[in-house]
Amino acid sequence: MLNIEHLTVEVDGKRILNDVNLHIGEGETHALFGPNGSGKTSLLFTIAGVPKYKVRSGKITFKGKDITDAPMDERAKLGIGIMFQHPPVLRGVKLMDMVRISMERLRDKKVSDDEVRELAKKLNLEGFLSREANLGFSGGEIKRSELLQLLAQRPDLVLLDEPDSGVDMVNIGLVGNTINELLQKDLKTVHRTKSGLIITHFGNILDYVRADKAYVMMKGTILCHGNPVELLEEIRHSGYSECLSCLRR
Amino acid sequence: MLEAVMVEEIRRRAEAAKDKKAAYGNDVDLDKYLHDVPIRERITTLGELSAGIRERALTIGMDASEAYRSGSFFQHDQTVLISKSMQEGLEVMDINEALAKYDWMKDYYFKLVQPDQDKYTAYSATHKVAGYFIRALPGAKIEFPLQACLYMGREGMIQNVHNVIIAEEGSELHIISGCTSDAHVTQGVHIGISEFYVKDNAKLTFTMIHNWAENLIVRTRSSTRIGKNAVFMSNYVCMKPVKDVQMYPSSIMEGENGVARYNTVVVALKGSHLDLGSKAVLRAKGCKAELIARTISMGGYIASRGLIEGDVPDTKAHLECRGLLLSDEGTIYAVPELLGTVQGVDLSHEAAVGKINEEEIQYLMARGVDSDTATALIVRGFLEVDIEGLPPALQAEMKRNIELGGKGM
Repeated sequence: MLNIEHLTVEVDGKRILNDVNLHIGEGETHALFGPNGSGKTSLLFTIAGVPKYKVRSGKITFKGKDITDAPMDERAKLGIGIMFQHPPVLRGVKLMDMVRISMERLRDKKVSDDEVRELAKKLNLEGFLSREANLGFSGGEIKRSELLQLLAQRPDLVLLDEPDSGVDMVNIGLVGNTINELLQKDLKTVHRTKSGLIITHFGNILDYVRADKAYVMMKGTILCHGNPVELLEEIRHSGYSECLSCLRR
Repeated sequence: MLEAVMVEEIRRRAEAAKDKKAAYGNDVDLDKYLHDVPIRERITTLGELSAGIRERALTIGMDASEAYRSGSFFQHDQTVLISKSMQEGLEVMDINEALAKYDWMKDYYFKLVQPDQDKYTAYSATHKVAGYFIRALPGAKIEFPLQACLYMGREGMIQNVHNVIIAEEGSELHIISGCTSDAHVTQGVHIGISEFYVKDNAKLTFTMIHNWAENLIVRTRSSTRIGKNAVFMSNYVCMKPVKDVQMYPSSIMEGENGVARYNTVVVALKGSHLDLGSKAVLRAKGCKAELIARTISMGGYIASRGLIEGDVPDTKAHLECRGLLLSDEGTIYAVPELLGTVQGVDLSHEAAVGKINEEEIQYLMARGVDSDTATALIVRGFLEVDIEGLPPALQAEMKRNIELGGKGM
């Protein structure tokens, strides 16, 4: 599904990703661990095509197509969906509009308000549809609003940036269930076609969403990979400082 | 009929101010324009207007079918072609007719706007004038909007308009007032004086739509007196090219718990000079005002002014000037002013001028929207202010305008 080879990325002339290699197969969910500033979000934004992330070398292919230089909207149309951790406020553009845009793009026909409302019910967001997108939303509301838009978009590759941060105990289950729906976790492994890459700082979301593989990212590069549960335990036990001296590097 | 002594007093003051420059905006040499224009023939139905005029009028909300309208007024150059009320409790007539009919007009005519305010009011007071007199009788609830059109059809003319609008106690009235010009008219000046009286417990909404020509100059002078528990809402929309507009309408709030709201939505295209503002003076307990301006420059100049004055305690008002620059050639000058003269006033303002945030475009692109459509969506969202009484034709026109504009960026 997604193949990243020797990816080096700069922002404003500063190198932030260095020789990153990553392969996510169809139906797989991968988790990305790493301390603040290690480059996790930058990797997601680079995959999504945010223009300020300049690819200096390497290649990104998605479904066999080289998308290294493709604009964001083209990547979205190909099936890449991203959850923003800090989405901008869109004055005058309602959450209803955002959801509708994604739904219509997917179905290629007009979508009624009722259809949008029906989808919003899943995330308890009916009351937010008439509000301007992200204006005054709490941390947890932003997560749910982002997930709602992804549900509408139905991407083949879901990029999730800390879906568990700022979400209270009541809603974390809902967030987890929605991610599982996006990633077709109800289907048998062989039947899944949707893939995911989840950034998580503390790993809480992995109590709800099962990942197949995990990576540790530090200083702009992927240091190691392994079983998500084991890696997380090691990080929780020894912290990231151990990773720097780890023999598996 | 106005008493001779009052007419003389107005004339005397106006004469003294005939060269007085306005406080804001470019100075206009009125001598370069036609002062006298021939009278046009009156009509009995809007259907008698030519198809071309009807089409132009529709862009500013004047619907010849008169569906969902309570009355119509149409002034062509200096002639009132038609004025009619279709609902009991609503009066619509030529201002000259009202002056002849009602002695009490002396208490309303040139009372809120002064003849010696500047050379434009002075011109208006000393030349042949037309305009509308609209009045909702006490307690009358006029459900559908009244439509008024001020139409310029003669090259190089000065259209001189003086309107008096009265919402009597407990009444409710909605007006769509559009100004436009014939497709062939390239030059001209429109001078418009409007005096609004919103009496106790009355509600008046006034939506003014401009669709002029590239070289037209507009000077309007308007003021509103707002009574106890009365509500006045004024909307101004101008999405089309115009050379030079200057106006700074004001509301004097003299009754307790009065409400004033101004919404200004304008786009300045290259070559346009718009000096706009709105003002509210809160002089009674419990009064509230909200002045909102959304301006976009696509190469033109915009001054977006606003002034709130709180003179008594327990008053609250907010002023918002937001400007979006969609061209490096454009200028937006936001001037929000607050003046509190006693303790216990709650006045605030918010002003922002800038370009579209790239992150907003990227956010939409991440959902599969192309860059042009994303820009148009953001611009449309920016201009989205809830405006009551906007006709569907104008809404469609606005939408088209914005989308076309967005494509060029």
